[in-house]
Amino acid sequence: MAKDEITKDFKWIGTTPDRPDGLDKVTGRARYGADFNLPNMLYAAVVRSPHAHAKILKIDASKALALKGVKAVVTRADLPTGLTGEDLYLQENTLAGEKALYDGHAVAAVAATSQLLANDAARLIEVEYEVLPHVTDVDKAMAKDAPVILPDCADHTVPEGMGPNVARMIEFGRGDLEAGYAEADVVHEQSYTTEATHQGYIEPHAAVGQMGSDGKGEMWVCTQGQWFIRKMCSAVLGTDPAQLRVTPSEIGGGFGGKTTIFMEPLPLALSRKAGGRPVKLVMSRSDVLRATGPTASASMDVKMGMKKDGTITAAEVTFRMQGGPFPGASPVGEALSCAFACYDIPNLMHVGYEVLANRPKCAAYRAPGSPMAAYAVESMVDELCRELSLDPIDVRLKNGVKEGSRASYGPKFKTIGLAETLEAAKAHPNYAVKLGPNQGRGVASGFWFNHGGETSVSLAISEDGTAQVSVGTPDIGGSRASIALMTAETLGIPYENVRVNIVETGALGVNEPTHGSRATFASGKAMWEAANQAIKEMCKRAAQKWDIDPEAVTWKDGAAHPAGDNAGQFEPMSIKEIAAEMGKTGGPISGHHESTPSGAGPSFGTHVVDVEVDPETGRVTVLRYLVTQDAGRAIHPQYVEGQYQGGAAQGIGWALNEGYIYGEDGKLQNSVFLDYRVPVASDLPMIDTVIVEVPNPGHPFGVRGVGETGITPPLPAIANAIHAATGARLRALPMNPPAVLAAIKAMA
Amino acid sequence: MVEVNLWSGLRKFTDGAEVVEVEGRTVGQLLDGLVAIHPGLAPVIESGISVAVDGEVITGGRNTPVEPDSEVFLMQQIKGG
Repeated sequence: MAKDEITKDFKWIGTTPDRPDGLDKVTGRARYGADFNLPNMLYAAVVRSPHAHAKILKIDASKALALKGVKAVVTRADLPTGLTGEDLYLQENTLAGEKALYDGHAVAAVAATSQLLANDAARLIEVEYEVLPHVTDVDKAMAKDAPVILPDCADHTVPEGMGPNVARMIEFGRGDLEAGYAEADVVHEQSYTTEATHQGYIEPHAAVGQMGSDGKGEMWVCTQGQWFIRKMCSAVLGTDPAQLRVTPSEIGGGFGGKTTIFMEPLPLALSRKAGGRPVKLVMSRSDVLRATGPTASASMDVKMGMKKDGTITAAEVTFRMQGGPFPGASPVGEALSCAFACYDIPNLMHVGYEVLANRPKCAAYRAPGSPMAAYAVESMVDELCRELSLDPIDVRLKNGVKEGSRASYGPKFKTIGLAETLEAAKAHPNYAVKLGPNQGRGVASGFWFNHGGETSVSLAISEDGTAQVSVGTPDIGGSRASIALMTAETLGIPYENVRVNIVETGALGVNEPTHGSRATFASGKAMWEAANQAIKEMCKRAAQKWDIDPEAVTWKDGAAHPAGDNAGQFEPMSIKEIAAEMGKTGGPISGHHESTPSGAGPSFGTHVVDVEVDPETGRVTVLRYLVTQDAGRAIHPQYVEGQYQGGAAQGIGWALNEGYIYGEDGKLQNSVFLDYRVPVASDLPMIDTVIVEVPNPGHPFGVRGVGETGITPPLPAIANAIHAATGARLRALPMNPPAVLAAIKAMA
Repeated sequence: MVEVNLWSGLRKFTDGAEVVEVEGRTVGQLLDGLVAIHPGLAPVIESGISVAVDGEVITGGRNTPVEPDSEVFLMQQIKGG
């Protein structure tokens, strides 16, 4: 269906007004985490382990505490004992217990009357370590003789005889692999690796916390999810979550990395110990890279069989992913489920291992696990296409999933738009551009599930007929604008007459964070329910005035109308008129909705990239880049386009430059942006987009989440393009100039 | 009875079965029924899973209704970024 056909019945949806928070953000008025201050506030600094793995023998804070102006020091001894499972791992990551488990692991924290004093005091805290053997490489961490990071970390899924750091094993599949390979004309088997990368959000973690000895507290924090902050901090501190009120600041990016806690309990713990004075803690970039969650590093094997006509007959993967020193952090389960999600393959097997290593605790990063899986699988598909001289888009169309296909992870797909993204890519002018010497084109597709999640929204009609919408999902990518557009559409009022507020934990029921590409989907769906409650009440007020049955009133264009001639002849009553009288006609008018919505339709995308490779230096220049992705319905097309471009930009960085570099001593070597190189504007071409719209039947406006799928295809698409340009197949990331040059030389 | 499809790694807890028939009208009742038949599944379910009912992935929705002919799959728990 063409986009014009879908959007023509809407007045507001599909338009591109300025974002409501735009002026505040471009003029500096918007308040981010570090902008928040309170009277009598203290400043915090953290002491971090300089060792990748070390026993903590002694912590002596006496010299720090002797400094005038130092008000509190906290160590693990100040936190409650007896926690288990994920709560224990969150606490252990907040402050190390018996052992420091990675370079940068927090060991102690101090609060003082100035930041300089706090920094000085942190340097005076003496920590005595016994350095232990460490391991940071995922394959080495799996070995039976690897240093033991957490004793007995294996859960019930791990078979006897595995190495001590294997925490979980996952296995699923279907069909008969051997029969499938026997049908194939070509069977290939290869291994691929990806290095850990960080979300690279521009705003470091920052929080102001205040907590009294009674356990009551408040926090102002940069986060994707204020309720998760409340729950997790309370678990770590042993306090009652209902007594902690958390207000989110504006957020300078998160990409999954701000769905959990790292340092956030520390200001609260310090405040509690400093007589309830508020404490501010802002991480440096180096702290962010060393001690907040990047994604996993991965080591992956893929085997696939294909017929000469392009039919994929069988495929299997074995993924090994390290997620830092605690179980449950790596996205290996998601990676396996995404690996073959684009394909309808009768014979499949997936095996995955979660492995512990002396690295920071992983956090979610945009479509967690899916980019690594795509790098391995989509590279393999490309290898087979080239061997059989098949067009990569045609092969994906031939094998691609569609409505009714059984997903590689089990259930059948409902309405999905993979084929439409492939057709859009094939029809785009970029796919027909003739390439020159040392240039090559790569194609890859990608997938993300999308998510509903716990959601609570309220909507209030103001006295002037405007609407106030309260949502609990922080606005990262323009969700205020998209929710305002959907509200305007539902109520039939101008976009400017809607104000969307991101509220604190005391104002609504529980909300999951802005994660899983869910904010526009889930908060929008809940808003629609809430707005319809308010509409029902407004129709009732009009019916009372007209002295007719409420069922005989309908809502249209922002006003109550008699439903038909039988209802009587009355002039429509606008929302402004109804709102002006509401205090005298029964009181305030509002609506609210709480649910865990299902129906988050998956999103598929296809990317086409052209690169030029300098054969003398190995430098890769991205010449042109195309994203086609199914948005279901683009509520605000510019912000949808922004998500596509952002995902591609991050994926290009992951493919070409980004990666954690550890020395032999287990210390992170590139903990600043000068050395950890994210792409800048001059590294990127204009990223072209095509918004495919295959409406999601699970949403009143057809919305699918769009935030995550876009980072999935760039890794393999660029690897495939480099191969096309040079003949060299790079099976390890990042594909930086030395790696590309070495691959070119290896061919010679 | 509803057929619940398990991922193959769970066969060791179900005497080799990848599909288990369970009585229940909601996702919660199915999960409780599964554990009653195969207690070895308890830690798997307690540690967090997703359930797909007729193609819809459900996380935490124990009250989600299921019909006798519903297609139900247990899946790895999905987290998003």
